[in-house]
Amino acid sequence: MEARWVGPVVGAVLFIVAALVPYVADGYWMSIAVTIAMYTALATSWALFSGPTHYISLASGAFFGIGGYLVATAMSDYQLSFWLMLFIAPIVSAVVAALIGFATLRLSGVYFVIFTLGLAEMIRNLVSWVQNNFLGSRGLYVLTDFTEDHIYWMLLAVCLAIFLFGWWLSRNRLGFALKIIGNDEEVAKHVGINTALSKVILFTTTGFFGALVGVIIAPRYSYIEPNQVFSPELSFLVVIMALLGGAHRLWGPLVGVIPFTLIWEAITISFPNSTTLFLGIAFLLIVYFIPNGFAGLIEKYWSRMRA
Amino acid sequence: MTTGRTLLQVKDVTKRFGGLVAVNNVSFDVKEHEVLGLIGPNGSGKTTIMNLISGALKVTGGTISMQSRRLSTLPAHQISRAGVARTFQLVRILPGLSIIENVMAGSAFGHHRQWGHQAWHQAEELLERLGLDEQMHQPTSTLTYIDQKRLELARALAGEPRVLLLDEWLAGLNPTELQIGIDLVSQLRKEGRTIILVEHVMDAIRSLCDRCVVMNSGTKIAEGTPSQVLSDKDVIQAYLGDE
Amino acid sequence: MDIFVSGLLLAGTYALIAMGLNLQYGVARIMNLANGEMIVLGALAAFWSFTAYQISPLVTLLVAVPLSFFGNWLIYKILLRPLVRRAKSQGQLEVDSILATFGISFALVGIMVSIHGAYFTYSFLANPIEILGTTVAQNRLVAFLIAVVIGACLFLWLRHTRSGTAVRAVAVNAESARLVGINVDRVSALTFALGGAIATAGGVLISTFITLDASIGVIFTMKALIIVIMGGVGDIRGAIIAALILGIVETAVATLVDPGLTLVAAYFIFLLVLLFRPQGLFGRRSV
Repeated sequence: MEARWVGPVVGAVLFIVAALVPYVADGYWMSIAVTIAMYTALATSWALFSGPTHYISLASGAFFGIGGYLVATAMSDYQLSFWLMLFIAPIVSAVVAALIGFATLRLSGVYFVIFTLGLAEMIRNLVSWVQNNFLGSRGLYVLTDFTEDHIYWMLLAVCLAIFLFGWWLSRNRLGFALKIIGNDEEVAKHVGINTALSKVILFTTTGFFGALVGVIIAPRYSYIEPNQVFSPELSFLVVIMALLGGAHRLWGPLVGVIPFTLIWEAITISFPNSTTLFLGIAFLLIVYFIPNGFAGLIEKYWSRMRA
Repeated sequence: MTTGRTLLQVKDVTKRFGGLVAVNNVSFDVKEHEVLGLIGPNGSGKTTIMNLISGALKVTGGTISMQSRRLSTLPAHQISRAGVARTFQLVRILPGLSIIENVMAGSAFGHHRQWGHQAWHQAEELLERLGLDEQMHQPTSTLTYIDQKRLELARALAGEPRVLLLDEWLAGLNPTELQIGIDLVSQLRKEGRTIILVEHVMDAIRSLCDRCVVMNSGTKIAEGTPSQVLSDKDVIQAYLGDE
Repeated sequence: MDIFVSGLLLAGTYALIAMGLNLQYGVARIMNLANGEMIVLGALAAFWSFTAYQISPLVTLLVAVPLSFFGNWLIYKILLRPLVRRAKSQGQLEVDSILATFGISFALVGIMVSIHGAYFTYSFLANPIEILGTTVAQNRLVAFLIAVVIGACLFLWLRHTRSGTAVRAVAVNAESARLVGINVDRVSALTFALGGAIATAGGVLISTFITLDASIGVIFTMKALIIVIMGGVGDIRGAIIAALILGIVETAVATLVDPGLTLVAAYFIFLLVLLFRPQGLFGRRSV
């Protein structure tokens, strides 16, 4: 078999195995599987943009929140269908991402991080205010017939779409452009790359997929509050998982998401008051000891074994 | 080698950095198939002009145009697509990319766009022509200084530019490498490429340039063939000082 | 007028905090996203010593600031210097320092939550006083005056002393500063420590008139960053004016529209700055 087909074939097999999980997993493991699928989608999509460009986006929570909030408002207040919102919310979020991108991605990475840092919180404040003053603060419900299994399969489909997109990107001009931008933005401009536009396009896809995941996961909570869906913590979790796995490989975030979700689950149950501390320690461990993530470690051992 | 048709026109160009005038009202033309040398003492504004042409910097006043198209209002990536490619004074290769990808970076988005197998073959050919074929599968970190310079040149050529800007491309080479470098550029000249080169190496200027523009403290002080300008009184004074 | 006076008083502390962050980013080249936690630490110290031992926040200031200076110096020496050393480029240092200071920030929040998970509520000098026809609480005025005094001392130190000049030299160009015999490493460490100590001072002051909690640091980090960017990195005059704008706009939005929208207002200003003056209010557009 040709080497370049190994990845896609392994990927396809893993995908089929993953699709069969609901037939064997019980309620507890199913809920963990949903969480893993959710973070795999978010972290992989994050890494497609932040991996090559090194722009650290903390906007995941905001996009995710836009998805969750829009589907809840539309279903509770306007009797629109879930499926329609599955279509509309990601587009709204992508537009928001594009606007943020045009304002910040022309500038250095620091401005971008800072802008996205408070974004979820800011949108939450704005949404709460609008809701309290103009819409009346009624509860927002997302009532569907979906079971955890359905949510899981939908998320898995999103993961597949993101992986296919990433695979396509790796063999296409846009992906190549981002790689060059990450190496040297000045050179990128001088070989004819519209650097700002390339970054904005990729960031827009992060916005799209973030909201898509937010819509799909909403039925799991059924009662939606802005305080809960616009979660700054989610943005940080996505960053940690992607970096832990390694943002420079398409499969990197996946190998970070699985172990981290399991540990995170254990910690939130056993030490519910120490989650923030743990998050801080995880950040520090990654920066100091595994700067290239698990993917980096795996590649190192692999090349050592072959040498 | 020149046909007389003007390809690039620099007209009344001025560049200010705050209070400092780096380039003051400079004009010159570059003809098709011509190698134009941009020379002058350090700090005379040569590299600034290169940066203005390539779009790394924006002009404060004046215009730069290629035939009828005005370049000086365009961002760098559009200038590159219009057909201006460059090398940098301090070599800038892309360390995270393979050598062949470094070359393909020049053709994927540039003036004459190529992608896929075509781009790959062209990159291989260029590397072979520039004498980098043996290093082709090594990581970029193993390249010597002249090889990095060759790689950068290959990247610039990959887009098949109409004008090539070489910013002190021969600087920092040892005598053997220098001869290889001069031969390479003269080969490009024979192919009929239009080149602007900023250079300090006099031998290179004499043997490569059809014409020279001499700069001093941001202004143009002379223009003509290498032998003309190098015997010019003002030019000698600019290089050696009053005495 | 009410809005102007309260906005001005708030801006005093904001300007002080932004000055500290400016030093850390401009001189030590560390984008410190744990800055807000130093503020909250100061607030926690003031709250704790006041409620447990009835110690005036002004006394706490004298103890907490040197402690914070030492603590931040250790943070720089142990955690951040290795990043400065291993960074191949300014870009890489930026990414690493952002991630590392996020880690520090979360770790500190985690520790502070376990010390005191509720609001830091206490009442100090809460008596009304009239200035310029407006009634404000004394604590706001006192905090403002102390912030101005600290800020002025800092400014004079930077301008007119030998060590201050060394700090400015490193800010302009670390390589050249090294060549003229400045110990860049030492200056960076001390400046970083100083920036942290200033944030703690700001935290003690702010806690006298705003109720904080352990996890609110990130909001202050945001505001300080917005001020630094609006004023222009390394520009003290710009930072003061930016703090004034932010303080007054925030107060205006809080009184006229809704107190829940102060962050939205700050973002709006930030967006305008990014779109129209990304180089700062007085900065030149650099290419």
